[in-house]
Amino acid sequence: MKRLVVGARYGLRDWLAQRITAIVMAVYIGALLFVFLSTKPVTYGAWRDLFAQGWMRVATLLFAFSLAWHAWVGVRDILMDYIQATAVRLSLQVLTLVLLFLYVGWTVQILWR
Amino acid sequence: MSIVAAKKVRPKFLSLPAILFQIRLPLPGWVSILHRVSGALLVFPFAAWLLYLLDASLASEQGFAHIKDYYLQLPLVKAAVLLFIWALCHHFCAGIRYLLLDIHIGVDLPAARYSSVAVIAAGLLLTAFFGARLW
Repeated sequence: MKRLVVGARYGLRDWLAQRITAIVMAVYIGALLFVFLSTKPVTYGAWRDLFAQGWMRVATLLFAFSLAWHAWVGVRDILMDYIQATAVRLSLQVLTLVLLFLYVGWTVQILWR
Repeated sequence: MSIVAAKKVRPKFLSLPAILFQIRLPLPGWVSILHRVSGALLVFPFAAWLLYLLDASLASEQGFAHIKDYYLQLPLVKAAVLLFIWALCHHFCAGIRYLLLDIHIGVDLPAARYSSVAVIAAGLLLTAFFGARLW
């Protein structure tokens, strides 16, 4: 079968990953909202202590990974639909990947300073 | 997949001007395009912006005070926060709708139309709610 190379994987993996990461992020946002409404970390001490806890750091890192993966699938879909010139699309996809790696790196740097 | 579907030209690209000016989008279509717009906004610039805010507010007591008492009080910044809240709320609600559609809940046209209205309304109402709490 002759296939045009458009960057699609013809598979279930990314579709499923996007949904699983969505659920992970939804749970994190729900938990964060609950923490915010119940403890109100509006002073620097409370804010710092919140992100000093081990589970919060791990959960936030998991959120960052989920966001990067989720966003990669989503942005790639958008670029495949609207950017028709292959060179431009490929460049933007690489730029997106670099940006998402930077986000995760920055998150690690903030959390384990 | 039918024979007719197999003959279609692939890849099929959607053009942005066509979506904006030529096609009259039905409501589920609006939820879909706004899901994309809000998703793109959340990736850039909002994710980078949130990381900046987290970085600055956790770095030091002065940084925290600067963000809380000065930076987030600027009118332009408040407007940006409001746009961020809308993008997050819409993306969140529309995303849950898609997850439900994936497991075949609300696939019929009347239900899909109803849930589209609900998603757009929920996004705006939640924005109003959190916006009001913020000020």
